[in-house]
Amino acid sequence: MFEKILIANRGEIALRIQRACRELGIKTVAVYSEADRDAKYVKLADESVCIGPPQSAHSYLHVPAIISAAEVTDAEAIHPGYGFLSENADFAERVENSGFVFIGPRPETIRLMGDKVCAKDAMKQSGVPCVPGSDGALPEDEAEILRMGRETGYPVIIKASGGGGGRGMRVVHTEAALLAAVAMTKSEAQTAFGNPMVYMEKYLENPRHIEIQVLADEHGNAIYLGERDCSMQRRHQKILEEAPAPLLDTKLRDKIGEACAAACRRIGYRGAGTFEFLYESDQFFFIEMNTRVQVEHPVTELITGVDIVQEQIRIANGEKLRYKQKDIRFTGHAIECRINAEDPYTFVPSPGRITVYHVPGGPGIRVDSHAYQNYVVPQYYDSMIGKLIAYGTTREQAIARLKTALSEMVVEGIKTNIPLHGDLLRDAAFLQGGSSIHYLEQKLAAQKKAS
Amino acid sequence: MDLRKIKKLIDLVSDSGIAELEITEGEEKVRINRFGPVSQQTVMMSPGYAPQGGYAPPPAAPMVAEVPAVAAEPEGHQVKSPMVGTFYRSPSPGAKSFVEVGQSVSVGDTLCIIEAMKLLNEIEADQSGVVKAILIENGQPVEYGEPLFIIG
Repeated sequence: MFEKILIANRGEIALRIQRACRELGIKTVAVYSEADRDAKYVKLADESVCIGPPQSAHSYLHVPAIISAAEVTDAEAIHPGYGFLSENADFAERVENSGFVFIGPRPETIRLMGDKVCAKDAMKQSGVPCVPGSDGALPEDEAEILRMGRETGYPVIIKASGGGGGRGMRVVHTEAALLAAVAMTKSEAQTAFGNPMVYMEKYLENPRHIEIQVLADEHGNAIYLGERDCSMQRRHQKILEEAPAPLLDTKLRDKIGEACAAACRRIGYRGAGTFEFLYESDQFFFIEMNTRVQVEHPVTELITGVDIVQEQIRIANGEKLRYKQKDIRFTGHAIECRINAEDPYTFVPSPGRITVYHVPGGPGIRVDSHAYQNYVVPQYYDSMIGKLIAYGTTREQAIARLKTALSEMVVEGIKTNIPLHGDLLRDAAFLQGGSSIHYLEQKLAAQKKAS
Repeated sequence: MDLRKIKKLIDLVSDSGIAELEITEGEEKVRINRFGPVSQQTVMMSPGYAPQGGYAPPPAAPMVAEVPAVAAEPEGHQVKSPMVGTFYRSPSPGAKSFVEVGQSVSVGDTLCIIEAMKLLNEIEADQSGVVKAILIENGQPVEYGEPLFIIG
C-alpha cells in the first residue's frame, strides 16, 4: 500500500481524502495556497507545502507546483479530488510521467470522457442509451444543421463538446433561432474551452438528474453502487442530493447500472466514476461521465457501506475490487445538503470569518466539513464550506433527521444557505419526491415574484 | 543537544587551538566562539610569564547556542521563493556558489537555483544590495513564498 499520498485539492474534499489515508495508515501531504495556510487538513497533514498565491491558476491549477511538491516530499501517489485538475488528462499524464501514481482513470480515459461527443459515442457503442440528437459534432453545412434540428424535434439544446457540468449550452425553441444559436455556442466554446466543436441533443422538458456510481479495477472488474438523484439544482449547480432516487423502479435501476458497469469493462475504466443521466418517462438518457470522485459521494457510501475514497486508493494501488456486484446491497436512504457560504436567496457569496460554529450530531448524521470556529472562508474559491448528510432506514426518517440536524447547525459570521435547505425540506414537491431539474429554479422564481 | 555534550564541546575548544567551533545536529546548532564579543579581557601574556596563584584560564566564552538553527535575522529585503522545489546554491554539484554572505548583488544577478520537475530555474535578485543572509541549506526543499535570502 502507498506510504505517502499527496492531496492535490483543498476544502472539504482534501479533509475527506486525508481521513481515508489516515485510516489506511498512509501519510498525507497537504498542498495549500497562501489563502489556505490555516486549513484544518493542513494542520493535520504529516507534511504540507505552500504551492502558490491564492489564485487557483497559480496554485491548485498550477501543474508544476503540484508535481514539485510531490517530488520534494517523496510522495508516491497524487489524489486530485474533484474540480481543479481532477479531470485534466494532461495533468494525469504528467503525474504518471513524473513517476507518481495518479489516483484516477488512465489519461486516455479522462481524455475520452472529457470530449462529450466521443463520450456519447463510446457509450452508444457500449449499449448505454443516450439523448437523441445529432449523433456527433454538428457539421458546417447549414442545411444539414437545419435538417438535424427537424429530425431531433424542438426544443433542442446545443452543447459544447469541450464543455460539461452545465457550461457551454444553449436551448433553441424554434428553427428560426437555430443557426444563430449554433454560431454563438461555437464561438463561446472556442473561447472557453479552446474547442469550437458542438453537438445537438433533444431538450428534455422535465427530466430528473439521476446518476450511477461505479467502481472499476485494473483487472477488468467493474460494479455499480446504485444511483443518486441530484435534481435539486440551481444554474446547473447541485444543492441537495439523495440516494436511492425516490420513485424509481429498482429493476430499471439495475438494468442501467449493469449497462454502466459493462461500459466500464469495455473501455477499461479504472477507479471511481459517475455516469450522469437525464431520466424522463421511465427512460434513462446518458449525458456525460465524470471520471473522478464526486461531491455527493457520501449518500452512496451511507446506503452501501462502501468507502468510495478508500476504494479509489486501493484500486490505484493495483488491488482487485473487494466487492462483487452481488455483495452490494442498498439499505436505507441518505440525503445530503451542500452548505455554501452565500446568501440563501440572492446567492451572493459570503466569504469571511466564521465567528460561531457548531455542528449537529446524533444518530444517522454525518458532517463532511473542513470549517471550524474562527476559520476564515477565503474569497478565492467556490463557496461550499461543507456537507450535512443524514441517513435513515426510510426516506422519511432521513428527512426528519436532516431537519433536526439543520436546526441545530450554527454558522455565524458569514451567511449560509442553511435557511434554503430548511425551506426545501418542508417543500411539498420535495417531500413527494421525483421533482425535475427545473423545479428549484421555478420555485425560487415564484418566491421572488411573490415577494 | 544536552548540557553535558555542550560542556564537552566547550572543553574541546578551550583545550585546543580552535578559535571557533560550530556543530549542527538536525535542527539544533551550537557555535562556540573563543574570542566572543563580550569578554575582551586584556590579559597580557608574554612568553615565560606564568600567571600567579589561582588564576584559571577563562572558559571559552561566550558560548552561543542557537536552537533552532537560524539566529535573529538581519534587517533587509527578503527574497522569497517563487516556486516549490529544491534549493541549490551553485549551478552544479561541486561548483562555486552563486553568492556568499557579504557579496554585493545587482538586480537580475542569479542568487540560486530551484529545481522543480527536473528543470533548473535560476532565481534572480529582485533588489540590489549586499547578501546579508542565506536562509536555506543547499539541497533543502522549499515551498512557495519561503524566504531564501536577505539583501540589505
